[in-house]
Amino acid sequence: MGDKRVARGRRPELVDDAPGGAASAPPSSFVEVRDLRIHFPTDDGIVKSVDGLSFALERGRTLGIVGESGSGKSVTSLGILGLHNRRNARVSGEIWVGGTDIVGADPETVRKLRGRTMSMIFQDPLSSMHPFYTVGKQIVEAYRVHNDVSKQVARKHAIDMLGRVGIPNPAKRVDDYPHQFSGGMRQRAMIAMALSCDPELLIADEPTTALDVTVQAQILDLLRDLQQEFNSAIIMITHDLGVVAELSDDILVMYGGRAVEYASVDDAFHRPLHPYTWGLLGSMPRLDRERTARLNPIKGSPPSLINVPQGCAFNPRCAFRDLNDGRSETERPELVELEPGHQAACHLPLDKRRELWESEIRPKL
Amino acid sequence: MNTSKTPEPAAPAGQNAAPRPAGEALLEVDGLGKHFPVTAGLLRRQVAAVKAVDGVSFSVRKGETLGLVGESGCGKSTTGRMIMRLLDPSFGRVTFEGTDITKLSQAKLRPHRRDLQMIFQDPYSSLNPRKTVGALVGAPFKLQSIQTEHGVKKAVQELLELVGLNPEHYNRYPHEFSGGQRQRIGIARTLALRPKLIIADEPVSALDVSVQAQVVNLLEDLQDELDLTYVVIAHDLSVVRHISDRVAVMYLGKIVEIADRNDLYERPMHPYTNALLSAVPIPDPAERAGRERIRLQGDVPSPMDPPPACRFHTRCWKAQDICKQVEPPLVELSPGHQAACHFPENAAAPATGLVADATAKPDD
Repeated sequence: MGDKRVARGRRPELVDDAPGGAASAPPSSFVEVRDLRIHFPTDDGIVKSVDGLSFALERGRTLGIVGESGSGKSVTSLGILGLHNRRNARVSGEIWVGGTDIVGADPETVRKLRGRTMSMIFQDPLSSMHPFYTVGKQIVEAYRVHNDVSKQVARKHAIDMLGRVGIPNPAKRVDDYPHQFSGGMRQRAMIAMALSCDPELLIADEPTTALDVTVQAQILDLLRDLQQEFNSAIIMITHDLGVVAELSDDILVMYGGRAVEYASVDDAFHRPLHPYTWGLLGSMPRLDRERTARLNPIKGSPPSLINVPQGCAFNPRCAFRDLNDGRSETERPELVELEPGHQAACHLPLDKRRELWESEIRPKL
Repeated sequence: MNTSKTPEPAAPAGQNAAPRPAGEALLEVDGLGKHFPVTAGLLRRQVAAVKAVDGVSFSVRKGETLGLVGESGCGKSTTGRMIMRLLDPSFGRVTFEGTDITKLSQAKLRPHRRDLQMIFQDPYSSLNPRKTVGALVGAPFKLQSIQTEHGVKKAVQELLELVGLNPEHYNRYPHEFSGGQRQRIGIARTLALRPKLIIADEPVSALDVSVQAQVVNLLEDLQDELDLTYVVIAHDLSVVRHISDRVAVMYLGKIVEIADRNDLYERPMHPYTNALLSAVPIPDPAERAGRERIRLQGDVPSPMDPPPACRFHTRCWKAQDICKQVEPPLVELSPGHQAACHFPENAAAPATGLVADATAKPDD
């Protein structure tokens, strides 16, 4: 069993550009992901959903992972929770959560961490709760798996948690079924369940995408308050840059299974250094600015993860592809630290990028 | 107020008619409503009704874009479907180019279908996976038995080119296209018969941000090129602001505010509009601290049993006794800006008097 666990998905041609290599020093941060690769072999070829991703996160802080569909953000989050079936996913690299490497750990260890040390809020609360059991029963079950307490104590805890996330009359609603809750309340119940064991890491995968704006605002407030209370680390996965700006401390922008920019929220929004981030900012209509006559979309569509373009994955869609002497077509840019705490993966000279941002991109936002 | 219309007997009281805009009205919706029956028991007796839309009135001028916003369950999609006659209204009237199409039979409606088309939200479920793009986009010609000048194939290829797709992809199937491209196929099909009015129900919400911008730009280009009129139904307030000329905000089956785009976004009058706007996350971390936020408590009440009088009073921070007793009519508080509220924001002092006047004699 032991050998199968660390299935090496790394293919020979990829070894070269893996930074660092086999370093396995203990992590300095609470969550540390190093050169994570998650590949799915299919009949059509290997889907490289995540292909060399590294980031770190401390307790009490929030990391926003942004990207379009198929950029690998959800696959990453499932990887951190150790939820990929090792029979059809090849996971390599390191995922350290509170001193344990999830990739190398045996399933039993990961299972004990899941729910207790780390837990997850899914996008669609209706399909991620069991319709057959009451909301209370599902929270009680999650709590009792990790805590040796009686049903009565667990039930009291469930009522307490439902109250904490703002469900009115929790003592009564605890016996309701998921369908009796509205969308916003189901998401609250989901959060109550995820927080029932006081996790140190909370992964929220598009937690508000299915909700209306007013309810979304409530849920974001709730996450912010709960983070202060529990001092948890939050990984917030979303495609909505507005949500990220509201909640995150750091941002990781993903494209084609890799990080293209990794910076503090302030740098990413005010001094972004990757053309894809510029593109994302330019494509959104914004309520906080004068209405522009036209949006500036990124041309084309996201790449297939089976045939990620050679060199820079974003190159075929990049508005500035002519400025890099053809390097982007052949050579994959590495994520390098350009300023303290600000990393980006792009071949364009840094000064040129700063100049483009100031002269061409920022005025049009 | 300009209530030259006869009062609509079937519509609930308190809904003033929409003002006649200056331009030529292509579409007029008057006191439109849809109640879905809720049945129970062996005999399927009606025990209640879901009041999905409960008397909405507005008009759309030729060449303009009206945005219809609101949260899920506010009746915006039902309104769109009633205009298309995909649903039969329970009461009220839809007038298109001067013809009342509310009661037309399917046969009589058919010629009008050419002029009224719809873009659907989900580009995955709105295209038949077994048909080629050519067949999908060419279907309207067959259904309406229209002779095209150089054959259907040529016409379809022109349409594909118009929406930015490769005309050579005529024989491909929907699954071979990405989400954005599929939405373009849907738009090409919508445009086949050169409609005058297009109802777009969440046209971009299933798409990624970068692709969303492409489709928004395409819709705007097509509007200029083909002189189209749009009713865009969406929940994303920033997208609606970008593409609309006028915006109507719906809450629980009623229009609570309707105004020119800039007016509505800069000086929202109805508290609900204010709350909606302040809930939109702003993609600028610098704004995080300084923003004044309005947080609505709880959820939208059930449309089966909406609150009496002002439907928003259960969640409104300005609500007083009158809001629970008297329904505020939709009143023009400043030129072209109507709101249904007893205590509107951003309104001059006399405006509040206007509301009181209109409340006192709703059938004036």
